[in-house]
Amino acid sequence: MPYRENLGDVLLNVEDLRVIYKTDLETVAAVNGVSFTIKRGKTLGLVGETGAGKTTTALSIMRLLPSTTGRILGGKAEFNGRDIMKFDDLMLRAIRGNSIAMVFQDPMTSLNPVMTVGDQIAETIETHNEKISKNEVKKRVGDILTLVGIMPQRMSEYPHQFSGGMKQRVVIAIALACEPELLIADEPTTALDVTIQAQVLNVIKELRERLGTSMLMITHDLGIVARICDDVAVMYAGEIIESGPVEDIFSPKAHHPYTAGLFDSVPDLRSDAKRLKPIPGLMPDPTNLPPGCVFAPRCSRAMDICAREHPKKTVSGAHSLACHLFGGTGA
Amino acid sequence: MAEQSGGPAGASFKRQSQAREIWRRFKKSKGALFGLVLLIVMLAVIACADFIAPYRLATKQNLAKKLAPPSIEHIFGCDSYGRDIFARVLHGGRTSLSIAVMATITSCLFGSLLGAVAGYFGKKVDSVIMRSLDIFMSVPDLLFTMAVVVALGANFINLLIALTLAYFTNYVRLVRSQVLNLSEQEYVEAAKAGGAGSVRIIASHIIPNAMGVIIVNTTLNVSKIILYESTLSFLGLGMPPPAPEWGLMLMEARAFLRTSPHLLFFPAAAIVLSACSVNLIGDGLRDALDPHLKS
Ligand SMILES: Nc1ncnc2c1ncn2[C@@H]1O[C@H](COP(=O)(O)OP(=O)(O)O)[C@@H](O)[C@H]1O
Ligand SMILES: [Mg+2]
Repeated sequence: MPYRENLGDVLLNVEDLRVIYKTDLETVAAVNGVSFTIKRGKTLGLVGETGAGKTTTALSIMRLLPSTTGRILGGKAEFNGRDIMKFDDLMLRAIRGNSIAMVFQDPMTSLNPVMTVGDQIAETIETHNEKISKNEVKKRVGDILTLVGIMPQRMSEYPHQFSGGMKQRVVIAIALACEPELLIADEPTTALDVTIQAQVLNVIKELRERLGTSMLMITHDLGIVARICDDVAVMYAGEIIESGPVEDIFSPKAHHPYTAGLFDSVPDLRSDAKRLKPIPGLMPDPTNLPPGCVFAPRCSRAMDICAREHPKKTVSGAHSLACHLFGGTGA
Repeated sequence: MAEQSGGPAGASFKRQSQAREIWRRFKKSKGALFGLVLLIVMLAVIACADFIAPYRLATKQNLAKKLAPPSIEHIFGCDSYGRDIFARVLHGGRTSLSIAVMATITSCLFGSLLGAVAGYFGKKVDSVIMRSLDIFMSVPDLLFTMAVVVALGANFINLLIALTLAYFTNYVRLVRSQVLNLSEQEYVEAAKAGGAGSVRIIASHIIPNAMGVIIVNTTLNVSKIILYESTLSFLGLGMPPPAPEWGLMLMEARAFLRTSPHLLFFPAAAIVLSACSVNLIGDGLRDALDPHLKS
């Protein structure tokens, strides 16, 4: 991969991203001041339960929010040093699929049912390579299919002739057809059977290494994070409440109570197999977020200050968290 | 169905097999098959009209044969001017069916285009198109058609314009709702994420997926237009005499309804049969194109 060293090793730098969905009836504060960076060749895992704002964050980076309701209120998303939020339509189309590609959650619905899979891969290639010949396109389609473990002969088949796992491989093939620098994968295995999940994950992992692609891996599965991520950002109610390298997040040191709760609610990830303790309660209503810490209403260690004051970020090395419990100890 | 530029060579084979799949399901419906056979026979006979009964027979008046009942020489009998009804039905079919088919195509293209634009771009564009349409539709079809024909004169082209204007509105609404629905699909989102522009998305993702519904609606519309066209002719707004045309024949037959019902029977039967056959085909196609009924 031709790395452009002079741009530093940060590929994507998102800063203070704020996004709302505004309808006639209500305003949903979906993303509230999210910041993170993705380094070249590295994978950031964005973790959080449903409704945390993970998809919204991804769509904002692609600038693909639903045009009628979604609105980016502020923030930056610098990709290779250029702020995507300032791009016009033409520039956006030039980077979408070419420099930044996205894999959606459900392979059943993210393929066009009346177009052959080969045509769908070819479409992305042709969109970004106007002068390319038909034979060349066909060859590249075959190559990329081989890469994701599908026989090139099957390029002339329709999506309904493939199984779920195969479909997701096709989706991955489409995403990687132009060898993007950044791949955003939005819960790429959630819709698949457990056995197939592992296969698809392996395909992603292998390709990422082979092509040197950086990745934003959105998931609610800590197992996936442990297997393929370098860094982790834990998202809750539109905020990143804790982030850091995988080792820090998975080590039994000081953690945000929500992160700790996440680990306690999955079986046997940290060495000692404790009883499963699901986090009680629900995420706050995004149309009416609490004034203090967004997690306070569900937090077993909440103090008086938590309900009043929004916690500041505490940083120690590469590890940072936003919680009043650790407010005094941070560097 | 979907013509893709730059598709791999093998694709056409698969497309064919999909067409075969649709044909297999279509065949299951006896009614649809019957309609198809009926239509093919009618079209074949009408296409060969010149060999079966020259056009001259359709317009040649022979007062000696006035209102002659069906006989071996004139199998459908003769009308009030002594013209051969069989020849008139055949040649009338050409006019009637070609106007119906062409009006269907033009209204479908015009309406679909407007509907696609309204649905895809939404917001202001949508409001302008849909509100104009509301105004347009508040005028009754027949009144509108009459206005057009009276203002421009009755001939093939003007009739086509009038029929197109009467029928395109259906397509605007149909295609708009399809597009609204399809634009929400994740594969459209995925295509956008791949950098595809509006034209590409409409041409290769939205239209091919809306095709099934549009085709079915179109076949059903052909029969409606055949009937509507007859209504116009019946009211004296269709093709000018002496050109044979089914609706016109009905109008001329009206005066002799009691004494010579065969004047009415044959053109009416032609209208009913063609409308029915197209309707049956449309019904069958709707089922054949519905993937949920795949078995
Ligand atoms: N199109 C939309 N219109 C209104 N609200 C939305 C829309 N999409 C998502 N939301 C809301 O925004 C919040 C974040 O959603 P999302 O980004 O999909 O979360 P996640 O991907 O983490 O599950 C949720 O409260 C969700 O209900
Ligand atoms: Mg999501």
